[in-house]
Amino acid sequence: MVMIDIKGVSKWYGEKQVLVDCTTTVAKGEVVVVCGPSGSGKSTLIKTVNGLEPFQKGEIIVDGLSVGGKDTDLAKLRSRVGMVFQNFELFPHMSVTKNLCIAQEKVLGRTADEAHDKGLKLLDRVGLIEHKDKYPAQLSGGQQQRVAIARALSMDPIAMLFDEPTSALDPEMINEVLDVMVELAHEGMTMMCVTHEMGFARKVADRVIFMEKGGTILEDCSKDEFFNTPRKPRTQDFLSKILAH
Amino acid sequence: MLELDWNIVIKNLPLLWKGMVLSLKLFAIALVGGIFFGTLLAMARLSSWWILRKPSQWLVDAIRAIPFIMAIFWFYFLTPKIVGAFTGEQGEAIGPFWSAVIAFILVESAYFSEIIRAGIQSIPRGQPWAAYALGMNYWQAMGNVVLPQAFRNMLPIMLTQAIILFQDTSLVYVVGLKDFLGAASTAGQISGRVVELYLFVALVYLVICFSLSRVVKRLQERMDVGRT
Repeated sequence: MVMIDIKGVSKWYGEKQVLVDCTTTVAKGEVVVVCGPSGSGKSTLIKTVNGLEPFQKGEIIVDGLSVGGKDTDLAKLRSRVGMVFQNFELFPHMSVTKNLCIAQEKVLGRTADEAHDKGLKLLDRVGLIEHKDKYPAQLSGGQQQRVAIARALSMDPIAMLFDEPTSALDPEMINEVLDVMVELAHEGMTMMCVTHEMGFARKVADRVIFMEKGGTILEDCSKDEFFNTPRKPRTQDFLSKILAH
Repeated sequence: MLELDWNIVIKNLPLLWKGMVLSLKLFAIALVGGIFFGTLLAMARLSSWWILRKPSQWLVDAIRAIPFIMAIFWFYFLTPKIVGAFTGEQGEAIGPFWSAVIAFILVESAYFSEIIRAGIQSIPRGQPWAAYALGMNYWQAMGNVVLPQAFRNMLPIMLTQAIILFQDTSLVYVVGLKDFLGAASTAGQISGRVVELYLFVALVYLVICFSLSRVVKRLQERMDVGRT
């Protein structure tokens, strides 16, 4: 079953085209890694999936609902798709617990107790229960990102979008975040991840999408094919450079 | 040498206090109204809809181009006519106080909207994005995520504007309202001891506004520490 269906999506910023006829799918339970050089539109593409970035051409269907559709309740659709950002984007004026509860209460209408229970359970799961009363600024980058993942999970999402979740982290904090993501993948979460962490891709990805400067999808294939027998010379070149050391 | 008789101030304290109460009342209403409508104006100015953005910009630009005292005059003379046109009644339909309140709210909304707009724009784009990604709508994202942070960032500047507003309340003197300054003026004219009363008024304004600016300064220093 296809969870995310991206069909011929194009996007322009004024005159400049940043996505060119992008087409791909993410099946239920599938983990898809999107990689490519900067300026290839990876982050833009993943943000079109929950409508944070509008697009001018094409269609995106998430769990049967068209993202750009006139009758689509975009807020409701977004509440069912979790997103994790490069810069964590925890709400700095709220405690960790409040960060985890606010959308559960305001968007899903859960009671304060329900939201609290759920939030703390997830916080425990990402190993940060002792930090529940702290504010985001008191946590390390890796801890903040784990809270952000817990916050997204608190909405019981049907799929998770990761937009370079480890790019803003110190090297020694990358693994604690990747561990949480690997665990999620093993549990069967549908995931679309923009990342340069090829170790993560090797470990849990089902498919890898390679995007090239200008916003085109150059390669979209299984993980084994991508790492062992990439078809395009450009992909081989990219891989040889990032896997050289 | 100037001979000062401070007894005249003491004698008129009840009158001056009544004036101060009116000043504070006007200040409070104008502050709350100005921030409330200023926030709406700021949101309209940042809207992606032309129909909200442009008119709100015109309104703010127009208000800021008019001397404050003109706005007070206009509303004093115009509102009875406007109200009269609707109700058919003549004369001072709402009185000088409420026409001043309307003028103050209008003008202060324009000033506060510029401050709040800058505050909203100081919040990184990822913050509303994160709120939307969690399924919040525009009002939820604004009310829970963007505005609380924007107000916190803008608190010193908003307090500074509030101090200016407090001083500006003395302008209602021109429509005959007995605010603090108006009360002093009346007392001065009756007793003929204008100097003592105006000196006293100046001293009170100085003490209030100076202590408030000290608070602002402290606040700013504390926020600077918090940022690093």
